[in-house]
Amino acid sequence: MSAPLLEIRGLEVVFPTRAGLVRAVDGVDLEVYPGECLGVVGESGSGKSVTFLAVLGLLRPPGRIAAGEIRFDGRTISGLPEAELRALRGRAIALTLQDALTALNPALTVEQQIAETIEAHDPELPRGRARRQLLRERAEELLRSVGIPEPGRRLANYPHELSGGMRQRVMIAIALSCRPKLLIADEPTTALDVTIQAQVLDLLAELRARLGTAIVLVSHDLGVVAEHCDRVLVMYAGQVVERGPTLAVIADPGHPYTRGLLRSIPSIAEPERPIRPIPGQMADPIRPPPGCRFEPRCSLARPACRAPIALRPIDGGRAARCVEVAA
Amino acid sequence: MRPSALVERLLQLVPVLLGIALVVFLMMQATPGDPVELMLGDALATPEQREALRRDMGLDRPLPERFLHFLGNAVTLDFGQSFHHRRPVADVILERLPATIELTLAAMAIAIGLGVPLGVVAAVRRDGWIDRLATILGLAGVSMPGFWLGILLILLFSVELGWLPVSGRIGFAGEVPPVTGLLLVDTLLAGRPASFFEALRHLLLPAVTLGLAMAALLMRVTRTSMLEALRQDYVTFATAKGLPRRRVLIRHALKNALTPTVTVAAIETGTLLGGNMIVETVFGWPGLGRLVVEGIFTRNYPLVQAAVLLYAVTYVLLNLLADVLQTVLNPKVRL
Amino acid sequence: MRAQAVEGTPLAPPAGAPVGPARSPFAADLRELLANRTAVISIAIVVAVAAMALFAPWIAPHDPYEANLLRRLQPPVWLESGEWAHPLGCDQLGRDILSRIVYGARVSMTIGLLVVAIAAVIGTTLGLLAGYLRGLVDVLIGRIVDTLLGFPYLIFAIGLMAAMGPGLANIVLALVLKEWVLTCRVARAETLAAREMDYVEAARALGASPVRIMLGEILPNILSPVLVVATFRMATIVILEASLSFLGLGVQPPVPSWGSMVADGRAFLLDAWWVATLPGVAIFVLVLAINLASQGLRDVFDPRLKA
Repeated sequence: MSAPLLEIRGLEVVFPTRAGLVRAVDGVDLEVYPGECLGVVGESGSGKSVTFLAVLGLLRPPGRIAAGEIRFDGRTISGLPEAELRALRGRAIALTLQDALTALNPALTVEQQIAETIEAHDPELPRGRARRQLLRERAEELLRSVGIPEPGRRLANYPHELSGGMRQRVMIAIALSCRPKLLIADEPTTALDVTIQAQVLDLLAELRARLGTAIVLVSHDLGVVAEHCDRVLVMYAGQVVERGPTLAVIADPGHPYTRGLLRSIPSIAEPERPIRPIPGQMADPIRPPPGCRFEPRCSLARPACRAPIALRPIDGGRAARCVEVAA
Repeated sequence: MRPSALVERLLQLVPVLLGIALVVFLMMQATPGDPVELMLGDALATPEQREALRRDMGLDRPLPERFLHFLGNAVTLDFGQSFHHRRPVADVILERLPATIELTLAAMAIAIGLGVPLGVVAAVRRDGWIDRLATILGLAGVSMPGFWLGILLILLFSVELGWLPVSGRIGFAGEVPPVTGLLLVDTLLAGRPASFFEALRHLLLPAVTLGLAMAALLMRVTRTSMLEALRQDYVTFATAKGLPRRRVLIRHALKNALTPTVTVAAIETGTLLGGNMIVETVFGWPGLGRLVVEGIFTRNYPLVQAAVLLYAVTYVLLNLLADVLQTVLNPKVRL
Repeated sequence: MRAQAVEGTPLAPPAGAPVGPARSPFAADLRELLANRTAVISIAIVVAVAAMALFAPWIAPHDPYEANLLRRLQPPVWLESGEWAHPLGCDQLGRDILSRIVYGARVSMTIGLLVVAIAAVIGTTLGLLAGYLRGLVDVLIGRIVDTLLGFPYLIFAIGLMAAMGPGLANIVLALVLKEWVLTCRVARAETLAAREMDYVEAARALGASPVRIMLGEILPNILSPVLVVATFRMATIVILEASLSFLGLGVQPPVPSWGSMVADGRAFLLDAWWVATLPGVAIFVLVLAINLASQGLRDVFDPRLKA
């Protein structure tokens, strides 16, 4: 296996609040390999989005990285000054957000928003009219590559004039405009209708195949991740609780939380099977329990779960943070 | 923005303008005393002459008819004769108008040029020293009566330091042939830089006095709306695209933050229009505001009536202009 | 005073609606307010000025009308030739400035409170009617509001004062005629929101008459934002009254008003700056205190209005 494209070791992200220090990400290790598709699954508050915002240095103050190292393409990028991070953003690592309606600027046209991205990263553009012409052509090409019909006309539209699915494609087009090596797609389907969801996911798969971009699919929905991701990471309360090849994890989950997630997805194959939500609520992010954080909600809880526990390897590249896994 | 939308909006203004004209008309009907007596003043006149004058001024006609008459005249800018000046009111007003326009424009420039950037900085460096200072100054600015501020500035800059003149628009030596009526422009057109600076020195204190309160308000509004804009997803996304910070701030955050700012600025111009009466009085500025105040004391009702109408109509049109500006700034906003 | 659930039915107000718990919300609000030091100090200042106005005859060291040309333009105590008998000096007629400032508080506070109170009552009533009844009433009131809004505040007041002549009653009338519009808009907006609420539906289903609904259900819930706006407006009214007095259109001499005192002092700026400056300090302090106090009140009673 080649060297990882993105490597995160021991990442801790905290948000100081009046009530105390919120540990949004508490000791996360992960790797993303070139050209692969990694799924990151977790509910609200699991820290999945914050992890990747930290990678790009997009944490909103007073949030900050408290500990850990982030390496991209062999180079340490955590702690880099803003100017150098900016060079990475969009160019090497790109991000798309959940809702394109709020992520795109309502006051600028599609063309403007694509063009400024290209301009920000390409100092070699010609000046004057040739520049505008070139940018327009590239923008149109990008829109076509994400499957938007009549791309030339869409350029002059404002985001609110487009449908939800098209907006998402525009956002993806912007993200890929500089051919980044890594695309982080944060909840790419959550704001979309079910029929459009499949289209967007297929688009991402196709772009990955064509451009060789590595993709991280962050979602709360295991179903979204199941079909397109080679590997999957399950996060809970700021920690990684399970990881491994997607099919293996789904076929035989090693962590009770993952099992719970699978059980709570309605199934077409078994329409009569009751949907069982996971009872309880996530642990207090300011004072998390020292041991397993899922313990209060776990049906298999034992006294041993109160002790601190690390990820334990299972076979075939899998690992889970559970005492049930033989150490 | 479709031209038909603009026309629609203008048509919507008509009932408001009519209402304003009606209110102004009714205001003047409330004056105590006989208009004919006021007009004649000290002049001796026989009862027959008074009657003739009364009929001439249409004062024997029923009220609605007089209103229509007034309206018709107003549209043709005929506001009758100024009691005091014995000249058409319209002429008198026109004479003094450029001075007020110059003052108001200068005040607006100060308000926007000071308030908006300060608001942006305060929001971007939230809780920094600029933010705290701006908040305090902002609060002080809206709590100070304009006439008091003007007097304080005169005390400091004219009396104590002697840097700036106390009153007036320009000395004798600085007079130039009027082209636009705006001294700052005319002095440059006449190629007299010394006069330009003279005019500037005279304009400075009154403009600052008039504009400071609005600057304070604009700063607070801009700060709030910038903070709101900076929290939005599109700022995160724009940063994630790798755009330079300044571009994100101005092209993305500020562009959207300006919408509420423009709205507030438009409403505040009303305060500017009212305020120039005070400021012109304090600084002896030869503009329309001072003319109106003098007119009130000399019971020059046709003049006051015309001026009030003019101010109100200007205000309404300015607000329309602001709405048009909004559609340019933010395409989601419809006229 | 908050939304009341119909007996037996658990009504959950949608997000953003005024919440109605059974425990005393007023006590909790009060506690929160008292925790804000700035607000407490500001409210104390406003109350102090009001007290000063009320008890002026006992607080002022001298008669504000008593002129003594021997003490003409006497400086305040901290300057040369000032005396403790007249700590803030004397004006151009030898009247004690401190006493005149104390008495001047009467004008500012009276007009400030009166105008805001009357305008609030009128504005709330009309806003409630417009927002609840909609239709012709709404259009009519809306037209009047739009027309009045077309006038810059001071212009309108000056126009009316020019026509009616000066005097306390006229000032109050002139200011009220423009002031009610703002309260009306807030009341109308809040009414429009409130009438969609479940508790209004419930009351209507129980057969309550429109008057009953407006007074019983909607009014208590729109009072809060209306009051917050009213407190802010008082600051503007005090400045407006002072401006009118400064121009000579307000309360007439010899009644002391802070604005007219500043105007009187203008002529003597070079030699006796205190005559014009000190009354202005009073205005500034009062208005600043009102602004800070209303901010504090807003933060507690209606944080949604945080501009």
